[in-house]
Amino acid sequence: MSSKQEGESIRCLVAKVGLDGHDRGAHVIARAFRDAGFEVIYSGLHKAPDEIVQATVQEDVDVLGISILSGAHDTLVPKVMDGLAEYGAKEDTLVLVGGVIPDEDRDELREEGVAAIFGPGTSIEETIDFVRENAPQR
Amino acid sequence: MNADDESLLEDLLDGSHRALARVISKIENRSPGYRPLVSTLYAYAGTADVIGITGSPGAGKSTLVDKLAETYRERGETVGVIAIDPSSPFTGGAVLGDRIRMASTVGDMDVFVRSMSARGTLGGLSTATTDAVTAMDAFGKDKIIVETVGAGQNEIDVVRTAETVAVLVPPGSGDSVQTLKAGILEIADVFVVNKADRDGADRTVQELREMIELGKGSGFGNAGHHGADGTNRDGDGGARSDDGSTDWTPPIVETVATTGEGVDAFIDELAAHRRYLEASGERSEQARTRHAEEIRTLLREDVNAILESELERAGGIDALAEAVRIGDADPYTVADELLDPVERCLEELETDVDLEFE
Repeated sequence: MSSKQEGESIRCLVAKVGLDGHDRGAHVIARAFRDAGFEVIYSGLHKAPDEIVQATVQEDVDVLGISILSGAHDTLVPKVMDGLAEYGAKEDTLVLVGGVIPDEDRDELREEGVAAIFGPGTSIEETIDFVRENAPQR
Repeated sequence: MNADDESLLEDLLDGSHRALARVISKIENRSPGYRPLVSTLYAYAGTADVIGITGSPGAGKSTLVDKLAETYRERGETVGVIAIDPSSPFTGGAVLGDRIRMASTVGDMDVFVRSMSARGTLGGLSTATTDAVTAMDAFGKDKIIVETVGAGQNEIDVVRTAETVAVLVPPGSGDSVQTLKAGILEIADVFVVNKADRDGADRTVQELREMIELGKGSGFGNAGHHGADGTNRDGDGGARSDDGSTDWTPPIVETVATTGEGVDAFIDELAAHRRYLEASGERSEQARTRHAEEIRTLLREDVNAILESELERAGGIDALAEAVRIGDADPYTVADELLDPVERCLEELETDVDLEFE
């Protein structure tokens, strides 16, 4: 209808990685992003880091949101980041991590290149605003 | 083309997945510079088989595409998939969920899956799809599959960018009256009754068969969507020659996409249709129709852009709309007045557009 629909739109991949069957949060985020006017690709459950990398590269997303509630973030996230680097996609992809991430692990994830970590209780608006402000300009 | 785009193009032709992904984004966004890029890509394209797959939501399209891609890969062919999902008419946002079903080929970068939302309007989606197909073709994909929900005219236009169109009909898609209706069933080159292990599959096959027979008898066939205005059916009352080279009757394939049953038969029919296209000369005819449509769409977009700036000069659409609302003008007069200077320009120009190509 409006000319807004044409031209650029923020593309996001919402990804569930590893052996973690809790996708309620990912669904809520996917829907909220859609309503914010983003294009959301949802990975589905139980994806390996390789699959996430493949999807991120092929879909050329601006934002990769990884949802992890299993506690395996310190092994899975670096694998994803390394994969992105291999395809030259690490620099200009905004990587977010959501879920249960203990405070003492956060610095390490940031060093890996994660732009922001959203724990339990983060408001949807906060996440959307962060994406709008920080999505890479290409 | 600027230096960045040149190196992007070079990387794409070199086989960089990232570059292909980036070029498709530029196409989707209509980024500055996308046109010379696509225009260069045309020189490298034209070798891939382009297959369109459509059907109602939940018919099993993505799952079938997944199995199709897997089988082509086993045969050593590379595959590109463009999966189109609707976008919200309110926010423009979309959830693109087709990728979830494409699990058989995960980790295999030679299956390049790209999700697209139906963002543009006015033929914009079919242009973007055609251009994305061209990019994948130039990249060197052997088979390119375009998958979309068969909901309306827009989607039908999209799927018609393919050379061979398969329409999925799940069992229990309504009675035989549904098969009389115009629309999606008319564009099929191959019918796929997916979920063929379910009750009612036989009946659906039977109803489709009757529909196809009916089309044969009347000569206003539903056989071959691209040939509807072609020369191969006038006056002969739909008679078919036995060698199958002059006309095509859509076959019906039964599949169970979740198990992969019937996928080989489906691939055989797709290949048979491809051979028919070559043998009958239909493929060239089809390409001409497609390119004519591309040229028209591009021209429409360009003229539209010129008119938009004309609109701005005239004070913007809002002011004009308000003038109509309060009764100071009507839409026809406004349109005439806006177009008047453009028409006068064209008259004065004495247009001698002489296009020459080597």
